[in-house]
Amino acid sequence: MILETLSWLCLVLGGLLGVIGGIGMHRFPDFYTRLHAIGITDTLCAALFLIGLAFQAGLTIASFKLFLIFAFIFFTSPTASHLLANAAMLGGLKPVLSDDDVANSEQLDKP
Amino acid sequence: MYTVAIIAILITILLALARALSGPTVYDRIAAMNMVGTKTILLIAVYAFFTDRHDLLDIALVYTLINFIGVVAVLKLIEQGNLYTDGESPEDNQPEVNDK
Amino acid sequence: MRTITAASLIFLFWFMLSGHTGALLIALGVLSTLLSVYLAKRMNIIDHEGYPFDLSVRLLRYFLYLGKEILISNVDVIKRILTLGPVDISPQVITLPAAKKTDLSQMIYANSITLTPGTVTLELSNDKIIVHALSKKGAADLQTGEMARAVPDNVELSS
Repeated sequence: MILETLSWLCLVLGGLLGVIGGIGMHRFPDFYTRLHAIGITDTLCAALFLIGLAFQAGLTIASFKLFLIFAFIFFTSPTASHLLANAAMLGGLKPVLSDDDVANSEQLDKP
Repeated sequence: MYTVAIIAILITILLALARALSGPTVYDRIAAMNMVGTKTILLIAVYAFFTDRHDLLDIALVYTLINFIGVVAVLKLIEQGNLYTDGESPEDNQPEVNDK
Repeated sequence: MRTITAASLIFLFWFMLSGHTGALLIALGVLSTLLSVYLAKRMNIIDHEGYPFDLSVRLLRYFLYLGKEILISNVDVIKRILTLGPVDISPQVITLPAAKKTDLSQMIYANSITLTPGTVTLELSNDKIIVHALSKKGAADLQTGEMARAVPDNVELSS
């Protein structure tokens, strides 16, 4: 019963964090800041979902597979984020910095 | 309760797809598609428990790896304009040149 | 020697994923293990980098620390997303000195920076790390070097 509640809590919280990350994708002004919003959905949101499902599965092969998915996401997601950021920087995309006005973000459309 | 989780994931995917459609740069689109991929993995995992078919977890596992390789491949394509040069020699990196 | 360990690890992995004990399925598993090892040998990737296992207590303690950091920075970024009105961010690009000597320690450090929301590694070279931070607070936290100290030094690939 406690496990059931805990897993329910994890799943709902994970879903909420995912939606928040999706909102962040639209609220942040430029590509580099949006990467941070993706960071939320890739780390805590995914972890909460998989932990919540592992509570449902108990100690079975299913939870081992969930752990593997968790590990793969945690190893690949920073690499993908870094590659994206690095490619954007080498491609000449200028980040909005705090000294600039955050509101006028139209000029970064294309270098 | 799985229904709530599935609906939340679908809303997130919709938000990410809206970002992928509205751009403005190509990197935004790739990042949004990466996010859609991660959400799809979670969607498959939740769906496996929703329908009580735990073998679907294997598909989620493979999707995790394919998602990563896909992002890397698309980035390489954007940067080099092709997938067959190794990217070490800078003169091959011009996306305009495609007569090689 | 490495080939044998790789083969047994791959077979163990196959067994953990399938969970079948029938004779035919075990035979198929052995067959696919041999095929994978053959392909890995052809690609010349069975070397010391194939075993990035340094499961020392230091690394486990570091993972706990990293989990805590990820939790804290997640809450921070979520607060910034959910503030009403204009978003409360002050994006920064900062350069950090490379604090680590071995490649693996450096890689763990850079990946940890990326993994915590609010900071993304833009470029990693031998002597410096360029980081994009979402807020002044996140940048200042990195510049204190707390995370650099927490990353275990001299993690080597056990060959």
